[in-house]
Amino acid sequence: MSKSRKLLSGNEAIALGAYHAGVRVATAYPGTPSTEILENMAAFKDLYAEWSTNEKVAMEVGLGASYAGVRTLVSMKHVGLNVAADPFMAAATTGVHGGLVVVSADDPGIHSSQGEQDNRHFARLGRVPMIEPADSQEAYDFMAAAYQISEKYDTPVLFRITTRVAHSKSVVEVDMDVLRAERSKFFHHHVEKYVMLPGHARLRVPHMHSRMEELTALAEKTPLNIIIEGDSRTGIVSSGVGYEYAREAFPGASFLKLGLIYPLPPKLIKRFADKVNKLFVVEELDPFLEENIKAMGIKIEGKQHIPRHGELNTGAVRHAAVKAEIIPPADAAVEVVATGNLPGRPPLLCAGCPHTGAFFVLSTIGKRGKVLDARGRSEKESGLIITGDIGCYTLATYPPLRAMDTTACMGASIGQAIGLVKAGVRSKVAAVIGDSTFMHSGITGIIDAVYNDAKITVIILDNGTTAMTGHQDHPGSGKSAQGVSTQKVDIVKIVEGAGVKNLQVVDSFDIKSVRSAIRSALDSEQLSVVIVRGRCAVTNKVRKNKRRVDQDACNDCGVCLMIGCQAIQKKDGRVYIEAGTCMGDACGICQQICPKKAIGTEGKAA
Amino acid sequence: MKSQGKQDVLMVGVGGQGIILASDILGDVALDIGMDVKKTDTLGMAQRGGSVTSHLRIGQKVWSPLINTSEADILLAFEKLEAARWVHYLRPGGTVIINNLAIPPLSISLGTQVYPEDEAILGSFRRVTKAAYLINGTQQAAALGDVRTLNIFMLGYLSRFLPLKITDEQWQKGIARHLPSKILDLNKRAFEAGRGAAAGVNI
Repeated sequence: MSKSRKLLSGNEAIALGAYHAGVRVATAYPGTPSTEILENMAAFKDLYAEWSTNEKVAMEVGLGASYAGVRTLVSMKHVGLNVAADPFMAAATTGVHGGLVVVSADDPGIHSSQGEQDNRHFARLGRVPMIEPADSQEAYDFMAAAYQISEKYDTPVLFRITTRVAHSKSVVEVDMDVLRAERSKFFHHHVEKYVMLPGHARLRVPHMHSRMEELTALAEKTPLNIIIEGDSRTGIVSSGVGYEYAREAFPGASFLKLGLIYPLPPKLIKRFADKVNKLFVVEELDPFLEENIKAMGIKIEGKQHIPRHGELNTGAVRHAAVKAEIIPPADAAVEVVATGNLPGRPPLLCAGCPHTGAFFVLSTIGKRGKVLDARGRSEKESGLIITGDIGCYTLATYPPLRAMDTTACMGASIGQAIGLVKAGVRSKVAAVIGDSTFMHSGITGIIDAVYNDAKITVIILDNGTTAMTGHQDHPGSGKSAQGVSTQKVDIVKIVEGAGVKNLQVVDSFDIKSVRSAIRSALDSEQLSVVIVRGRCAVTNKVRKNKRRVDQDACNDCGVCLMIGCQAIQKKDGRVYIEAGTCMGDACGICQQICPKKAIGTEGKAA
Repeated sequence: MKSQGKQDVLMVGVGGQGIILASDILGDVALDIGMDVKKTDTLGMAQRGGSVTSHLRIGQKVWSPLINTSEADILLAFEKLEAARWVHYLRPGGTVIINNLAIPPLSISLGTQVYPEDEAILGSFRRVTKAAYLINGTQQAAALGDVRTLNIFMLGYLSRFLPLKITDEQWQKGIARHLPSKILDLNKRAFEAGRGAAAGVNI
């Protein structure tokens, strides 16, 4: 036995816990804050791990592996489960063979997402159990329990984490020599269980309900749910990271700490309620525990005092406790120094980003620069509407580029562009989408545009990687999650194969070609696609011939500042290029757009 | 919360300055000496040149991974504007160490906003503490041969202010665990330089 004490993130702990639980297949599509789970699984060479094309496929591959009797882990961010909802609901109906755990990483506070949603509701929707860890030790420990429950109750198990659990590191004690149970792999033919014809599905639904009854009985006695005896005046019901905040805010209170958060244990909750004078629930986002407990006829307070959106913290919990008259105001009063009105530091496209040139070109078309105000708003339609998508390039929304008008969800740019054109807007419409996002959900949009003859321009920004989430491979990158060379799926052939006639491929750092390609595509009377191809600056370590500004030639016109490059700065009224940040020959966009030819390499103006 | 040996260290700066690595090293070292540790960083979109924060909490038992406002014992700022942005996290009488470096956000270059003066930044800290140190970390890291050693230099400076018993050997081990051997010597020198720079400070 070798006990080991490590500082692990929640995501690292989940991967290690799954591995030690005997998981042999892991699938995911990258998405903050869930990405590192699959990255850590992929590092184990005695299992199969893949980046799937999208979350729906990840869930389907996971379901197939489970049918083969193998323990399987599927992980995704909260909105990924929206994409995967169809196979998830199917999995909930058919049940499993090998244990199937689905990690849903919610993002309260919207650190890196397009929205905030509480995926605990998916447990109720799918009539499946949900487990929620509060720290990395629980993330590790609860994995083993999740697989046991999945197999015993013939159900996928939702494993819900939040950003603050996924990305916080805390101490985990693990036995590195844990015996990893190897399950036998076989598919047993069982059409009433696996073929969801209406007649078969009707047989499965009663099973789903009876399984919830059995799971409720489990919830009453499982060690995942614990009571911590304390002061009988206040009883706190909590789970996840909310529990950590509550423990800090109420050091002496009694706690009902829930690890199995669906279905809930009515008897245990009643017993706890009877022990304390006042019941208070601390949970992030929706009043999920609260409403379920109220439905049991138990009096409990929570969301009338605690914010329904954003992340909690100890201070917010203390503040709510004052409002609920659980603690006196003095205990929560902390003098906070005002920070004043400081300049913000929004994230930006990197210096040398291959997306910059295309967005600079787009920002100059259709009088966007004149029509849009500083916040990107205008009552009047500009000559060009740009529908956007999910990735680093969404950052082109910010000034100075202001080159994105919509962003909804993965792949939506193309469908939205079709909708705008079919509705009859006067402006030209361009959809901008990255290569990984195109593989994920853009292909069906392109097919729709071809099929329905939509005269839009689709600009595919191809940097060969899934950059925003940290450079994961994808079908177009030619490499698998476990580093194996695979066949590259060719975007050009996909687009051509769908029937697009007007297709151009340009180098993202050749601004003249980018401009003429985008302009001719927009002027075209047919559906047009421009693939703008260039290497992601973050993965490029070569930075030769940093650009500099010839101060004698520069007339401070400010055009170079309009590309939004982090390296181009202004001090004492003069523009200069920060050498530590400039990518040099790998980019050179500023040099190409300078009207005075005042930008060049050391000793050489352009 | 105020238990023996409790240290809340907030590290702040701009994406790419190596802040998360510095706090990873301190976290591991604190774990090695038997403390409970929790840490949480900004990741994801904020990495693209945005402001970065790393909350590191050390104690006998740590619950929340997030440091509370007005409770940080030490604020280690890799950039001046970011120091000002997080002043409200420092506890009265806490220590703030600020690298004398300005990385102006684009809004400054575009002329829509103004970068705060040093005096305004230091002034906001003086209302909270006397222990405010403005240091030339970037210059000294550059003098060592690579400006990217700034994070380890800052860590060395910080090490003088931690009321935790950590031996030189434990620091070395922590640094070695997180850096490739090719640049290990350089970074060990950066740590010593940072530690040396704080030697004259009357803590």
